[in-house]
Amino acid sequence: MYFKMLKKNSPFRIALQATVPVLLGYSVIGIAFGLLVKNAGLPWYIAPLMSIFIYAGAMQFIAISLFIADTSLAEIAVMTMLMNMRHIVYGLSLIKRFQFSKRYNWYLIFGLTDETYGLLTTISEPQEESRKVFYLYVTALNHLYWITGAVAGTFLGSLGSFNTRGVDFALTALFIVLMIEQYRNCRNKIPFLIALVCSVSGLVLIGPKSMLPAALAGSAILLLLFKKRIQTDEHR
Amino acid sequence: MNIDKIIYGVFIIAAITFLTRLIPFLFFRIRKPPQIINFFSDYMPPVVMAVLVVYCMKDIKWADSPYGIPEITAVILTAVLHLRFRNPLISILGGTALYMFLIQSEIFSKIL
Repeated sequence: MYFKMLKKNSPFRIALQATVPVLLGYSVIGIAFGLLVKNAGLPWYIAPLMSIFIYAGAMQFIAISLFIADTSLAEIAVMTMLMNMRHIVYGLSLIKRFQFSKRYNWYLIFGLTDETYGLLTTISEPQEESRKVFYLYVTALNHLYWITGAVAGTFLGSLGSFNTRGVDFALTALFIVLMIEQYRNCRNKIPFLIALVCSVSGLVLIGPKSMLPAALAGSAILLLLFKKRIQTDEHR
Repeated sequence: MNIDKIIYGVFIIAAITFLTRLIPFLFFRIRKPPQIINFFSDYMPPVVMAVLVVYCMKDIKWADSPYGIPEITAVILTAVLHLRFRNPLISILGGTALYMFLIQSEIFSKIL
């Protein structure tokens, strides 16, 4: 299973090692975000303020362009809702898992980014009693990487000698790895076909900017339509 | 845009983002989650991962040099490494290192 070799370690160490790809991705994208805030002429504290309280990558980038364009607060609210609809889908599939961790629930729900969702749903968790701390560590570490990156970005005009162009591919690679693991654990392959059809047609028909909510909504509907078929395959 | 309005904006976005993450949990605290939730818990994670992989490649310009070749090459290497070694760090660091080399050296842009 995923990260089998890490199982002997403490929950914190497993979380630390599991989040290394997110560390790479978030610190670089966080730095890019910090630079963007600085270039937009906004005060430096806007970057950590947003990264602490919003903590949603794509939305934060969009927000800066909305601020620059002097968009009304009502429009900003609608845009946020559309962009983040996918979180409802994430939450629906995590209801059962989060029951184990009542005390930290509020923070875990707040920190449910794409990457955190991916790690929490794919890694085979350690024992039940340490599961809630493991969830907490993964969420908090990812949040910390994101905030640190944003602050660093506002202070670094440039990154100095080391050229980091392309390091954000770490997040793409993370999703590929998580998808392969999901593919292995999932006996039915129809969901992957559905996801592929919906995301590619979303990209072609709707365009890169708003394909994500459309592709996820479409996939959820198709999953329901093929529910019987998927479940009979499962029991065969 | 003045700074007060931006700060209001930040907190409006923060509140709505949190709300979209909270809604499913809030809704099913009062009632028992129906059977369909089990179905979604099983099959939504694989769907989301596959959609996100495509989403990560949304900005590739297929019609212009280097025609998305660096991205596709790095995606294939990541997948092959993972199928071979099943160690996420090897796959992710390997794929990322190759991608960084390919776009920083602009090797495909020069050839094609």
